[in-house]
Amino acid sequence: MPGIKTQEILVNMGPQHPSTHGVLRLVIKTDGELVTEVTPIVGYLHRCAEKIGENVTYDQWIPYTDRMDYIAAMGNNLGISLAVEKLLGMEAPPRAQVIRVLVCELNRVASHLIAFGTFGLDVGAFTPFLYAWREREMILNLFEMLCGARMTFNYIRIGGISFDIDQKFIDKTKEFIEWFEPRIKEYNDLLTYNRIFVERTAKIGIISPERAISYGLTGPNLRASGVNFDVRKDFPYCGYEKYQFNIPLGRDVPEIGAVTGDCWNRYYVRIEEMIESIKIIKQTLENIPAGEYYDAPKKIKPKAGEVYTRIENARGIVGFYIISDGSEKPVRAKVRAPSFINLSILPEIGKNVLVADLIAILGSIDIVLGEIDR
Amino acid sequence: MNIVLELVKVLFAFVLVMGIVPLLIWLERKISAWIQGRVGPNRVGPFGLLQPLADVVKLLFKEDIVPTNADKGMYFFAPLLAMVAPVILFAFIPFGPDIVLADYTFKLQVCDFGVSILFFMAVLSTAVFAVAFGGWASNNKYSLLGGIRAASQLVSYELILSGSFLYILLKWNTLSFRELIEKQAAYGWTIVSDFPFSLLFFILFFIAALAENKRAPFDLPEAEPELVGGYHTEYSSMKFAMFFMGEYIAITVMCFCMSVMFLGGYHFPGVVDVSGNFLNALLGLAVILAKVFILIFIYMWIRWTLPRFRYDILMRLSWHYLLPLTVILILVKALI
Repeated sequence: MPGIKTQEILVNMGPQHPSTHGVLRLVIKTDGELVTEVTPIVGYLHRCAEKIGENVTYDQWIPYTDRMDYIAAMGNNLGISLAVEKLLGMEAPPRAQVIRVLVCELNRVASHLIAFGTFGLDVGAFTPFLYAWREREMILNLFEMLCGARMTFNYIRIGGISFDIDQKFIDKTKEFIEWFEPRIKEYNDLLTYNRIFVERTAKIGIISPERAISYGLTGPNLRASGVNFDVRKDFPYCGYEKYQFNIPLGRDVPEIGAVTGDCWNRYYVRIEEMIESIKIIKQTLENIPAGEYYDAPKKIKPKAGEVYTRIENARGIVGFYIISDGSEKPVRAKVRAPSFINLSILPEIGKNVLVADLIAILGSIDIVLGEIDR
Repeated sequence: MNIVLELVKVLFAFVLVMGIVPLLIWLERKISAWIQGRVGPNRVGPFGLLQPLADVVKLLFKEDIVPTNADKGMYFFAPLLAMVAPVILFAFIPFGPDIVLADYTFKLQVCDFGVSILFFMAVLSTAVFAVAFGGWASNNKYSLLGGIRAASQLVSYELILSGSFLYILLKWNTLSFRELIEKQAAYGWTIVSDFPFSLLFFILFFIAALAENKRAPFDLPEAEPELVGGYHTEYSSMKFAMFFMGEYIAITVMCFCMSVMFLGGYHFPGVVDVSGNFLNALLGLAVILAKVFILIFIYMWIRWTLPRFRYDILMRLSWHYLLPLTVILILVKALI
């Protein structure tokens, strides 16, 4: 028909949108259902966490790191603590080291549960989300027992941890593991191998290993592309070298049609990581050394110098770069936030996909806005 | 006298369908809670039964927003159509056997004429206009996308529904719902009397009905992670409630239709005959309601279990698999 023309429409997804997991704004150009271009716009949750870090003492900065990746806050606590400890040239007591691993892995499970649940939500399955929530609730109860906080813990401190664990906590954790292990099969039955779910996620948003490395992806997103890199294995900290665990990698699954680096693999790597985390938790529970759990100098005043440490958090590598001039406060503090870097690949893989795929891709990258904007 | 009785009947049918809606909303919440390990509404009234009432009161007091640059006429018309069309559909559904009063046969069906199935189909297909108009008139990009999705989805799946109606016509040689039930009472329910075909058509019809009612896993027009609220994103207050109620009425009517077409309607061997006394009519009503609620439960069960289809998969499913299957089955049935 003459006189009728089609044009691309510009849709502003967010900052308030059900599936942007916080206050992310996506500007997408669509041709009907097809997304031709996507630009993530961040910064709606910027709270100057790094600048604040330069204006408070090292210890005082820890609660602020909680609020970066608030889904897996233990990892952030651990990152800053390790960085300052390295700067001080000290190490936490062995008991603290083991408990740190224990809580970090518990937190990883809690975080992956959210990733699993919200990904289900993004592809339209509501029920798995509440199942995941039920299990996560148990972990949060454990943390509440441990330090009184459920999300922003401020638990891991420079030189150790803030509270010791007791037998009751250990028993409750064992109880949780007993409950949790059969649940994985339930998740797989309900969602992982569901035909519609596989259709929605397999071969969608494929990231090749080279591309994943060149964009600096870390964590499950990188490993789903088949790159075997995990700081816990390759550059162990807190005694991770003592524990037996595997690094789940993305792979081709011809039976269901999934290929390395697609949304399905990014999702499934998280499920497998939960199993591995449970393995580590079991090993830590078996063998918690007695002794001190906190041992730090009265005044934390590191020598002048700079330090960069990285740890493997639920979403990837959290790096802390700190420059000290010998005073009580850092001169410069910079955080390498995995979500921020992982999100950078979205414009690349979010092109020429359907609107529904874009949501699946975004969900599979599993971002936390608190960490992106800091 | 007769006209009064007829009016009473129309009123009863209307009250029945409007009474089922809040019950369904409550059921949906309870069933979803049950599936998800939650408690569900339990504060308002016994077992939270009055929760839908509280919802309606809340919605009534909400501000009724009309977006700037909205197409006002269409914007008002869409929710009206969304609710009125399924209510009209209910007029064709027989919901109980006849009651014989002295010299007057009282049919428990608002209007019965020879081609009621045809008319049912015609009114059913107006549902697409409500959604498409709503999506277009809101002047919102999400709504527009939702409206477009809805239009193509409903049109594709209506063909499968029509195919199933055609099968019923082939099988029972009637276009009247009432006669359909009488024939099923005499020769056995469709689903058992013509086993392999009828079951296949029942499944086809069920899938198409899910899509027609925009229920998960076919709820693409309102897929909230993608399109916020889809075609009803901009609607608020009672206009939204009308879309919402329209959806539930449509579900009810679809389940009534399915139970009449495949499950013998109000007939149940040994319990209900067509002799025409009052008690029998009540029993018939109970039987058809039981069937309808079982179907509705399956609707809800599916909704809270499965993820959502993607647009292209949905279209492929319809045009590549279900529709050819329907056509082939009809051809085979016609040849036999």
